[in-house]
Amino acid sequence: MTRKLLTGNAAAAWGARLARADYLPAFPITPQTEIIENLAAWIAGGEMDCRMVMMESEHSMITAAGAAAASGVRVFTATSSQGLLYAMEMLYAVPGMRAPFVLVNVSRGIATPTTLESDHNDILAARDSGFLQIHCATCQEVLDHTLIAYRLAEDTRVRLPVIVNMDGFYLSFTREPVEIPEQAAADRFLPNFDPETTFFGAGHPVSQAVIVLGSSQYSYFRYETHLAALQALPAYAEAAQAFGREFGRQYQAVETYRSADAEYVFVMIGSFATKAKDAVDRLRDAGWRIGLVRPRLLRPFPAEDLRQALAGKKGVAVIDQNLSLGKGGILHAELASVLYGQAGAPAILASFIGGLGGRDISPEEFYEIAAETRRAAEQGVTPEPRLLYSDSELRQMRKLQAIAHAQRKEKP
Amino acid sequence: MSETAFKSIRELPSARLLGTGTPMCAGCGGLQALHQIYDILGANTVVVNAAGCMTLLTTYPYTPFPGSWLYTAMASAPAGAQGVRDALDLRLAKGIIRPEENLDVVVLTGDGAAYGMGLSATSSAIERGLDFIYLCYDNEGYGNTGQQSSPATPRGARTTTSPLGHPGRKKDLFAIWAAHRPTYVATVIGSEPLDLARKIEKAKNLKGPRLILALSPCPTGWDFDPMATGEIGRLAVKTGIWPLKEYENGQVSHTKIPSARLPVEAYLSKQGRFAHLFQPARNDALLAEIQAQVDDYWREVETAHG
Repeated sequence: MTRKLLTGNAAAAWGARLARADYLPAFPITPQTEIIENLAAWIAGGEMDCRMVMMESEHSMITAAGAAAASGVRVFTATSSQGLLYAMEMLYAVPGMRAPFVLVNVSRGIATPTTLESDHNDILAARDSGFLQIHCATCQEVLDHTLIAYRLAEDTRVRLPVIVNMDGFYLSFTREPVEIPEQAAADRFLPNFDPETTFFGAGHPVSQAVIVLGSSQYSYFRYETHLAALQALPAYAEAAQAFGREFGRQYQAVETYRSADAEYVFVMIGSFATKAKDAVDRLRDAGWRIGLVRPRLLRPFPAEDLRQALAGKKGVAVIDQNLSLGKGGILHAELASVLYGQAGAPAILASFIGGLGGRDISPEEFYEIAAETRRAAEQGVTPEPRLLYSDSELRQMRKLQAIAHAQRKEKP
Repeated sequence: MSETAFKSIRELPSARLLGTGTPMCAGCGGLQALHQIYDILGANTVVVNAAGCMTLLTTYPYTPFPGSWLYTAMASAPAGAQGVRDALDLRLAKGIIRPEENLDVVVLTGDGAAYGMGLSATSSAIERGLDFIYLCYDNEGYGNTGQQSSPATPRGARTTTSPLGHPGRKKDLFAIWAAHRPTYVATVIGSEPLDLARKIEKAKNLKGPRLILALSPCPTGWDFDPMATGEIGRLAVKTGIWPLKEYENGQVSHTKIPSARLPVEAYLSKQGRFAHLFQPARNDALLAEIQAQVDDYWREVETAHG
C-alpha cells in the first residue's frame, strides 16, 4: 500500500487501473479530461493492459461502453456535465442491457449560462436512468468506490452500470493524501468479470436491447430492472464490508457524522459535506446538538437508512447543490418522499439551495442554516426554501450588470 | 470484378437464412436486399441496429436472425459496432473465445440514420478504421414514421412533410463515405441480385470499414403496388438514377452501366410520390431538371472512362 497525494481525477484513474478495466471508450471534457489522460499514459507505458478508443461524442462513448460490456469485457469510462447530458439517451438505454460497467462523472453545472464549475444538476439529470449512483466526498472515496462500483455493478443480483460521482475542481483538481491499494489486494477484492451468458460469439446467438410490442412486456422489464437496482442495497452493504476487511476502510450507504444524539442535522451529498462537518464541529463547540447525514448511495436510494438516521430529529436542513427549476432542491424532495407519514419523521425538513456553479458555502451560512432550522422547529413552521446568496455577491453582480449595460450603450 | 463464386444467377445461395413472418411491409425493397445479403454474410454475425423500420425485425421474443443482434439508438450504431468489435478482439486476444467463435460486426440502418443523425458516428468509425460492414437500406425518407423527407429524399418526391415535392437534393452518401477512403464502398439494389452478391462476397472477404448502400424501393413510402418492387428497382438502374458502383483503393468503378438509359419518367411515373409531376399538369421544368442531373452524372462517368 502506498500513500500519495492524488487529485480526485488521478484517484479515479487509479481505481480503473486497479480494477483492471479492459476497455476505455473516451471523450474529453473539463474537468474530467485528466482521468483519461492518466489512463492513456499508463496504457502507452505498458503499465495498464487496456484498450482505449477515442470516440467522437459522449453519446457514442456510452453506446460503445454499453455494447462492449454487453459483449463481456470490463469497461471504464468518464465524463462530466454537458457530456453526460449529450449521452443522456444512451444513459437511459444501456442499463436495460443489464451489462455492468463503471462511469465516473465529474460534476459540473450545466448550461445556460455555461460554467466549468461544480454543482449536481448534471448527475441528478441521470437520476432516473437505471445507472446506480455513488457520491464521493474525498479523493480516497473516489478510488475506493471505483473498485466497489465494479463489485456492485457485476453482482449477479444487480448487473447494472454504476456512476461514481465527484465534484469538479473541489475534488477533481484537489490533491489529498490517498492510499493506493496493492494490485494483489485489489484482485482479491475484485475477481475477473464473469459475464455469464451476456456476450456475443458464434454458436451463441443473442438478441440484445430489442423492442417490445406490448405494455405488459415493457412494464415487466422495467420493473425487473428497478428490482435489480434495489438489490444493490444489500449488495452494497456486502461489498463495502468485504472492502473493509481487505483494506480497513469502512463505508456505509449513508454516512452519519455526530448525528446519533443530534437534535438538528444537515443533509448533503458530495464534497461540500466536508464543509458541513467543519460547521458541525464548531456548532458543537458552541453547545449545539447537531450532526451531518450524507447519502453516498443515491441510486438505489437508501430510504430505510435515512429514516433511521433522521428519526426523532427536531429539524433537518437539506442543502441542495442543484436546482430543479420551478420546483427547488432535488435531494429535499427525495428525502420528503421517504420521510412523509413515517413514525419519528422529523417535524421540520427545511430546504436550502447553494453551491451552484462552484459557489462556496461559507461557515457563517452553515450557522445561519442551523439557526433558521432551529427557529422553524421552535415555531413549528417549515420555512420557505432559501436560495443562498450574499449581499456582497449581489453588489458584485450589480457592478457586472452595470458594465454590461454600459458596454451595450457604447457607440462602436 | 474478379474471383467470384457467383458466376451466374443460378449460383446464388438458395437457402434463406433470414426467417420469414417479419413485420416489414409487403414488397419491402430493404428486406429483399437484406435477405440476399444475410445469405452471404451468414449467421456468424452480430447485427448492430439503429432506429428505423428494421428495428422491428427483432421484436421480443422473436427474431428472424439465426445470429446475434444488438439494438442501439438512431445516432450511434457504428459506436455500438466499435464496442462489440473491440470486445470480441479483446476476448480473442485473451483466449476467452476461440478464433472460430469470432463474429463479423454488421451495422444495419436506414437512410435516416445513415445520411443524417448517425453520420458523425459513421465518419468517426471509418476514421478509426473499424473492421465492420455498414449496410444502409435507403428508402429515401423516414419510412418507419410514415415517410417524412430525409437527407436521402430525391428532388421533387412527395413525402408527408413535403406535400408539394421535396425541395432539396438527395445527399451523395456514396461520395461522402468514399471521401473517408475506407476499404470498400458499394451501391446495390435487391433487384440486381448477382451484382449485389458479388459485392457482398467481396466486402465479406475484406477487412476494415466496408459500406454498402442499398436503394430500397418502398411500396408504402413511394406509393406503388408491392408487386412492383422488382420492376421499380430495375427501372432505377435502367434509367441511371441508381448507379451501381463500387469504391476500392481510391478508385470508383461502375459495375453495371446501362447501355441505353431509359428516360427518368419511366421510373418516376410508376410511383405515387412523383404523381404531381405528371398530374394534373406535367411539370416539364422539374422533369427536365431531374433528367439533366442524371445525364450530367453519366456524362462525367463516360468522360472519366474515356
